[in-house]
Amino acid sequence: MSLLPAVVALGDDALVLGQRLSEWCGKAPLLEEEMAMANTALDFLGRARLYYGYANTLGGRDEDGYAFHRDAREYTNLLLFELPGADFAAATARQFLVDAFDELHSAELANSADATLADIGGKAHKEATYHRRHSAAWMVRLGDGTDESRRRMQQALEDVWGYRQELFVNAPAEQPLVEQDILPDRAGLRAAWQEAVAATLTQATLTMPAAGWAVKGGRQGIHTEHLGVMLAELQHLSRSHPGAKW
Amino acid sequence: MAPALEEFQARIDREERIEPQDWMPEGYRRTLVRQISQHAHSEVIGMQPEGGWISQAPSLERKVILLAKVQDEGGHGLYLYGAAETLGVSRDEMIDAMHTGKAKYSSIFNYPALTWGDVGAIGWLVDSAAIVNQVPLQRCSYGPYARAMMRICKEESFHQRQGYDIMLALARGSAAQREMAQDALNRWWWPTLMMFGPPDADSIHSSQSFAWKIKRYGNDELRQKFIDQAVPQAEVLGLKIPDDDLQWDAATGHYRIGAIDWDEFQQVVSGNGPCSRQRLAHHRQVQEDGAWVREAVAAHAAKHQAGGDGLKADAHNPASAQEGGADAAV
Repeated sequence: MSLLPAVVALGDDALVLGQRLSEWCGKAPLLEEEMAMANTALDFLGRARLYYGYANTLGGRDEDGYAFHRDAREYTNLLLFELPGADFAAATARQFLVDAFDELHSAELANSADATLADIGGKAHKEATYHRRHSAAWMVRLGDGTDESRRRMQQALEDVWGYRQELFVNAPAEQPLVEQDILPDRAGLRAAWQEAVAATLTQATLTMPAAGWAVKGGRQGIHTEHLGVMLAELQHLSRSHPGAKW
Repeated sequence: MAPALEEFQARIDREERIEPQDWMPEGYRRTLVRQISQHAHSEVIGMQPEGGWISQAPSLERKVILLAKVQDEGGHGLYLYGAAETLGVSRDEMIDAMHTGKAKYSSIFNYPALTWGDVGAIGWLVDSAAIVNQVPLQRCSYGPYARAMMRICKEESFHQRQGYDIMLALARGSAAQREMAQDALNRWWWPTLMMFGPPDADSIHSSQSFAWKIKRYGNDELRQKFIDQAVPQAEVLGLKIPDDDLQWDAATGHYRIGAIDWDEFQQVVSGNGPCSRQRLAHHRQVQEDGAWVREAVAAHAAKHQAGGDGLKADAHNPASAQEGGADAAV
């Protein structure tokens, strides 16, 4: 009964980060990294389409209905995924925290009691393993690069840190599915995540920020102010031509 | 003619490929650096007008196809910078030359992409024109350039199809969508014709390039080939080419067009196109914003000589990037 909103939420996570990554097209610090970011964006957008496609078979809308015809309050992605990440340090720090989580989450999702989610999890796991290797390498390179790059990475890490907490909360719609082994238990992933992140930060000569703060609300549709602006850009053309085929 | 030069020309006349380690006249090297770097810059600057529409694409399917397409353009830039580097010039030097106005990029990208129709028109017209220009370059006498063009041409035909497919959907859509398509064709038609360069009679770089087999067809001949392809395609779309003088010439089997505004072309080529300043300013800004990252990469590599090339192993992999792009676009 609660499967549909849980699947849509996973789709929303993937879509908003795919959109954020695609915003880097033409703006990356190296042409090589431009290609890599586009690849990662394509993986996340592809994942969004898989989740929305599954939601559609569960009685939900079609993929464009989810992407283009809901307002920010109806989106249920976690806040970490929607943050602008507008400079390379911020984008890298966010990506690394997401990738480290995704690698663990998708490995468990691949064993879901739900066959479709298991398939998506299997595919996502292959991607996430590569993504994490890539973003961890950037954390190390920038953390252990110049004084300036270390300062920027440490600051970016501090700025994003409070958004990690949501990753480890099972939303009310998700809790029964966790109990049925359909979704991974997010709370149970925290220790392994913390350990993986700590290992990379050590290698990167970066300091793990203090545990202190947490911002939450994504699964309840309480977002940052950034999401509405992002959706305005994402949706304006589709919404300006109701019913049009593209 | 000096013996080395004579032998060089004889090799070219025998259709042998010239490779980076081979002797070549300085003029040949200079011409290739100019042409290949201009081509590479065009790919990279060309990411801007379409890239701006990735975030606004009207469906998820169109979004991923466009992103994969623009990613390909970046990949083309990489192959081409690589080909030019074999001639002893670095990517930084080439980019510097563009920023200071010494090196050009295709004039077409100095026009604005104002609507989704423009994304269709760029793919359809601009990529068609690029293919017409580039197919003969697969037989260019310089090996690395010819081989880069083989890869690029394969991908360009996919780009052209995605553009035409956008136009087709608009042409079959609502009145507003058809208007969007026609408006885009109106604005992109003439600039696309100018992409082939000035009439052969006025082209300053041509004759030596022919002798060296860098160039195999004249500007006018290639332009005509494009026109003959594009006019029937516009008819299928039910769109009108914005040229009242356009007519079929049964005697020659070609379409005849009205006069091209070469003053406009000269203005755009000399840096006064509608987006010339914007495109370069954007590229410069991105270079400046990324400087601390590139410095960190170099510093990290210097500190960890043995394992310091993680970036190359990881990110510098256009081949896998291309595969990802193609997958997503299917």
